[in-house]
Amino acid sequence: MKTLFKYFKPYRWQSVLGPLFKLLEATFELMVPLIVARLVDVGLGAYVDGGYPNADISYIVWMCVILVGMGIGGFAFAVVAQYFAARTATGVAAYLRKDMFKKIQSLSYRDLDEIGTSTLVNRMTGDVDKFQSGVNLFLRLFLRSPFIVFGAIITALIVDPQSFPVFGITVLVLAVVVFAVMGICMPLYQKSQLALDEVTLSTRENLSGAKVLRAFNREGEERALFNARNDRLTKERKFVGGIALLTSPLTYVIVNLGIVALLYTGAIRVEGGALTQGGVIALYNLMSQILIELIKLANLIVTVAKAAASGKRVAAVLEKTPTEIVKDGADGPITLQEKKEGFIRFEGVSLRYNDSGEKALDDITFSLDRGETMGIIGGTGSGKSSLVNLIPHFYDVCEGQVLVDGVDVCERGMQLPLRERVGVVPQKATLFKGSIRDNLLWGKADATDEQLYEALRIAQADEIVREKGGLDAPVEQGGRNFSGGQRQRLTIARALARQPEILILDDSFSALDYLTDAALRKELSRLNTTTIIVSQRTSSVQNADKILVLDDGKVVGLGTHEQLLKDCEVYREIYLSQTTEASA
Amino acid sequence: MKKALKSPSTLGRVLKYAKKYPFSLIGSLFFAFAGVGFGLLVPVFIGDGIDRIVDSGVMWEELWRYLILVLVCAVGSAVCNHLSGLCNNRLSNNMVRDLRRDAFDKIGKMPLAYLHAHPHGETVSRIIADADQLSDGLLLGFTQFFTGVTTIVGTLVFMLITNWIIGLVVVLITPLSLLIARFVSTHTYRFFQSQASIRGEQTALTEETISGLKTVKAFSQEDEMQAKFEEVNGRLEKATMKATFYSSLTNPSTRLINNIVYALVALLGGLFVVTGNFTVGGLTKFLSYSGQYAKPFNEISGVVAELKGALACATRLFELIDEEEEPCDEDCTALTDVQGVVALENVDFSYDKETPLIENLSLRVAQGQRVAIVGRTGSGKTTLINLLMRFYDVDGGRVTMDGKDIRTVTRKSLREGYGMVLQETWLKKGTVKENIRLGKPTATDEEIVAAAKAAHAHGFIKRLADGYDTTLGEDGGSLSEGQKQLLCIARIMLTYPPVLLLDEATSSIDTRTELKISDAFARLMKGKTSFIVAHRLSTIKHADMILVMDKGRVVESGTHESLLEKGGAYHQLYYGRI
Repeated sequence: MKTLFKYFKPYRWQSVLGPLFKLLEATFELMVPLIVARLVDVGLGAYVDGGYPNADISYIVWMCVILVGMGIGGFAFAVVAQYFAARTATGVAAYLRKDMFKKIQSLSYRDLDEIGTSTLVNRMTGDVDKFQSGVNLFLRLFLRSPFIVFGAIITALIVDPQSFPVFGITVLVLAVVVFAVMGICMPLYQKSQLALDEVTLSTRENLSGAKVLRAFNREGEERALFNARNDRLTKERKFVGGIALLTSPLTYVIVNLGIVALLYTGAIRVEGGALTQGGVIALYNLMSQILIELIKLANLIVTVAKAAASGKRVAAVLEKTPTEIVKDGADGPITLQEKKEGFIRFEGVSLRYNDSGEKALDDITFSLDRGETMGIIGGTGSGKSSLVNLIPHFYDVCEGQVLVDGVDVCERGMQLPLRERVGVVPQKATLFKGSIRDNLLWGKADATDEQLYEALRIAQADEIVREKGGLDAPVEQGGRNFSGGQRQRLTIARALARQPEILILDDSFSALDYLTDAALRKELSRLNTTTIIVSQRTSSVQNADKILVLDDGKVVGLGTHEQLLKDCEVYREIYLSQTTEASA
Repeated sequence: MKKALKSPSTLGRVLKYAKKYPFSLIGSLFFAFAGVGFGLLVPVFIGDGIDRIVDSGVMWEELWRYLILVLVCAVGSAVCNHLSGLCNNRLSNNMVRDLRRDAFDKIGKMPLAYLHAHPHGETVSRIIADADQLSDGLLLGFTQFFTGVTTIVGTLVFMLITNWIIGLVVVLITPLSLLIARFVSTHTYRFFQSQASIRGEQTALTEETISGLKTVKAFSQEDEMQAKFEEVNGRLEKATMKATFYSSLTNPSTRLINNIVYALVALLGGLFVVTGNFTVGGLTKFLSYSGQYAKPFNEISGVVAELKGALACATRLFELIDEEEEPCDEDCTALTDVQGVVALENVDFSYDKETPLIENLSLRVAQGQRVAIVGRTGSGKTTLINLLMRFYDVDGGRVTMDGKDIRTVTRKSLREGYGMVLQETWLKKGTVKENIRLGKPTATDEEIVAAAKAAHAHGFIKRLADGYDTTLGEDGGSLSEGQKQLLCIARIMLTYPPVLLLDEATSSIDTRTELKISDAFARLMKGKTSFIVAHRLSTIKHADMILVMDKGRVVESGTHESLLEKGGAYHQLYYGRI
C-alpha cells in the first residue's frame, strides 16, 4: 500500500481539502441537535401547568432560520468537498494507469511469460477503476463518519459531561464490530475473487477451445467443471456476504442499547436537576446521528474492502522490478566499435527459462561477421528461437556473454541503440490497430513512402497493400482483417522498413507458400544486411554463409551446407527428411 | 421463432429466476416488512419515554416499560433485517449463479459461427463482469427497495396519525429530492456515456499493447505507445472527473432538502407545542421520522441508478442466453461401429451468404482410404473438415457417414468417430497429463506416456520442471508452437478413432520429427479412413487420393503420380515450391 501513497502527492492539497470541507459540512450537521435543544429549552421556556406560558416564538423562528442557513452552508461545503474528492480520485487513477502502463512496458520477456496477459489487463482496467471509486468514497464518507461520531461524542460532553461513559462504551463496541467485520471480510473477499478468476478461466477456455472440446465431446465435463467453480464462487460470495450483512443490524442493536442506557442515566440526572429534558433529547439525537453514520459506513465496508483488495493488486504491478540484468560497463556512453569481424558473438552462452528447469541453451559459442547470413536449424524445441531472442537482449543469459559490435548486450544504455539496429520478425505475426502505414512506421518513424514500398516489395507484400487499397488501409486490432500469410509478410516489411543492420527472421516463412517463400529469400539475399534465418527447412538456409545446427539446446554442427552434409548427422537427417519428400 | 414468442421484459425475466427460490423471496419480503415495522416502533417508544422524563419529575415505572419495549423492538428489527438480508444474499447470489450457468451452457450449444463472429472478450465480459454487476444490483435492489418502500409507507402513516398538518408538510416536500436526483441523473448521463466509450477505447489499447508487448519492445515502440496511452488517459480522466463530480451532487442536494424539511418540522412542531397541541416527545418522534422518511428517498435514487445498470447487464446476459442454438439432436440415433465411409453429395456451403465458398461439391471416400487435401490459402480445405465434423451444417446437399446423413445422427456419436488435430493448438490450463488425457478421460499414466512417446513429445515433457505434472499456463504458457502441436497429437494417439482428420497438424513441427510422427500415424491409421490437410507435400504423397482444391471446388483428384503426370494444378503446386 505504501507504493500507492506516492500517487496522492500531486493531489495532496485536494486530498486534504476534500475531507476538510466535508468536515465543515459535518460540523454544521452536528450543531443541528444543539439548536433543536436550544429551541426546546429556551424557545419553549419552562413547562408550567401543562403548557408553555413563557414561550418565545420569535426565538423559535430564528432557530429554524439558522437551521435552514446551515443547511445551505452545508450544501455549499459539500459541493466543494465532492469536487476535490472527485479531482483526487480521478487524478490518482489516471496517474496510476499511466505509471502501470509504463511499468508493464518495462517488463522483460521473462516477466511477461510468467505473469501472463490477462491478469495485467485486468489490473490496468478493472482494478484501477475499483480503486478509484474506493478513493472517492473514502475521501467523501469514510473520514466523515468517524468525524461525526467523535464530534457527536464531544458535543454530548458539552451538553452533559456525565454521559461520556455511555457514549464512550457504545462507540468502542461499535468500532470493534466494524473493524472485526472488515477484518474478516477482506481476506474472504480476496478469496472469492480468486474463485471468480477460475470461473473466468473456464469461460475463456471454452470459447477459445470450442472446436477441440466439441471434437472430443467434452462439453459435459467442461460444464460440470464450470458448475463446480460457479457453485464454489456462489458459496464463498454468500458466506462473505452474510458476514458483511451482520454489520448493520449489530450496529443498530448496539446503538439502541446505548440509547436506552442514555435515557435511563439521563432520567436520573433530570430528576436530580443536573439535566433538562431538552438535554436528553439532544443526547438522543446525537446518538441517532452516530447510528445513521455507522449504518452508512457499514454499507460502504464492502466497497472499501473491494477497493483495498484491488489497490493491492495494482501495487503489486507497480512494485514489480523487471528481472533484467543490466551490467555497468565502462564510464560514458556506449562506444560501438563498428566491427566487421565478429559483429555478433556468442561466448559460452547458456539460458534457462526457469530456475528449476533444464537449460534451454547450453554453452553456445559462435561468431558472425558483418554482412554475413547465418541459418539456424534444428528440431522442435531445440532452442532456435531462444538463441535469436538473446541478440536483442529479450532474455537474460545465465552464463556466458552475447556481444554485438563488441559490446555486451546487457550493458547499461545498450538497449536502445541495440534494438534500433535490429529488425526482428517474430514467430507470431502481430499487427496493431491503425493503418498499414502506422504499422510499417514502427520500423522507422520518418520513413518515406518510397522506403515503405521498397520494404513491402522485398517482403512480397506490395500486392497485399494494393489489394487493401493503399498504405492507409485500416488494420483492425491484432490484424484480424489479414490472413496469417499476409500478416507474416507485413511483419517482415515492418522489420525491413527500418533498414536494420541485423535482420532476424524467426521461422517467418511458415505461413507462406513455396513460391512466395522462394521469391522472398531471393530478394533478401540481395540485401547487404547481417541476417539470421531460423527455419525448419534446409532449403531456407542452405545458401547461408554458415548454418548452426541445434539439438536439445546444444550446438551439434556449425558450417556451410556442404560441410554439414558431410560432418553433421543431425543436419544430414533433416536434409534427407526433406529431400526424399522432393524426389519421391 | 424467437420473434413469435412475446418477449417479456428484462425485469420480468430476471424475476423469473427468483421464482426458483420462493422461500427466500417470501422470507425476504416478510422479514423486511417485519423489520421495518419494529424499526418504526422504536422512535415511538423512545419519544414516549422522553415524555416521561419531564424536568418536574420522572415517571419511572412507565419509563422502564418503554425502555424495555425499545429494546425488544430494536432487537426484533435487527433480527428481522438480518434475516431478510440473508434471504436477499442467497437470492441474488443463487440467481446470478443460475444465470451464469445458463449463459455458459449456451457456449456449448451455440453454432461455431457465433463464436467466430464475436470477440471472446466480449462474451467473457458478459458472463463475468455483467453478471457480477447484476448480482450487486440485485442485492442492493432487494434490500433497499423493499425496506425503502415499507419505511416510506410506515413513517407516512405514523406521521399523519401523530400530527397530520406537519405530516403533510413533510410528505409533500421530501419527494422534491427525487426530482433533484432525476434532474442530476438525466444531465450526467451523457458524461457517463462518454466516460464508458473512452474507457472502452483505453481497454482495447491496453489489451492490444500488452498482448503484443514483445513486438512493441522489439521495435522500441514503448515511448510511442506510452504517448498514445497518455493521450487517451488524459481524456478519460477529464470524462471521469465530470461524470463523478456531477453525479455526486445528488447527495448534497437531497440533503439540503432534508435539512429544510427538518427546520420546518422543528418550526411547526415548536409552534404546536406552544399552543398545546403537541408534546416535546411528539416533536422528537417527528424529527426522527422525517429523517427516516427522507432516507429511502435519497437511497432510492441511488438504487434506481444501480438497478438500471443491473438491468442493462441482465439484458446483455439474456441476449447471450437467447442466441440461437444448434438444432437439437436428441431424437437422432447414435452412430455405432463407425466404418469410415464418408461421402459429400452436391454440397453447398458458405460462411456468409454473400460470398459463396463451396458449391456443388461431391466426394466419395471408401473405408480405409487416405485422403489428402491440398490447395492455397482460402481454397476451402479447413471448411471441408468443419463440414465433416459438423461444426457447421451444409446449406445444400448432404454429408454422409457410413451412408447415413450426418444430420440424422447425434453429434456426439459422429464426433466420437473422428480424431482431429488442428493447426491452431489449444491447451487448457492444467498439467501436461491432464491435457493429454483430454483425448481419453479414462487413460492410465502408462497409456499417456506411451501416447506422448508416439507423438515424440516425451523428450521435451521430461525436461519440463515437473515432467508430466508440470502445470501449463493459459494456452500452453511458454511452450513453443511446435511443442503445443506435439501435445495435441499425443491426445489423438490415446484414442483409436475410426477416422482421422489432420488439419495442418504438423505445420510447426520440424520435418525430422514429423517423419517419425507420421510413422506413428501410419500405425494408428492402418486400415482406417483419414483426411490430411497439409501444405508440406511430403506428408501427403503416399495418400490414396489427393484432392486439389481451389476456390471451394475440387479441381483435380488422383494419386501423387497420376496428378504429376497430368501436369495441372498439383504439378504447379509441387514444383513451384522448390
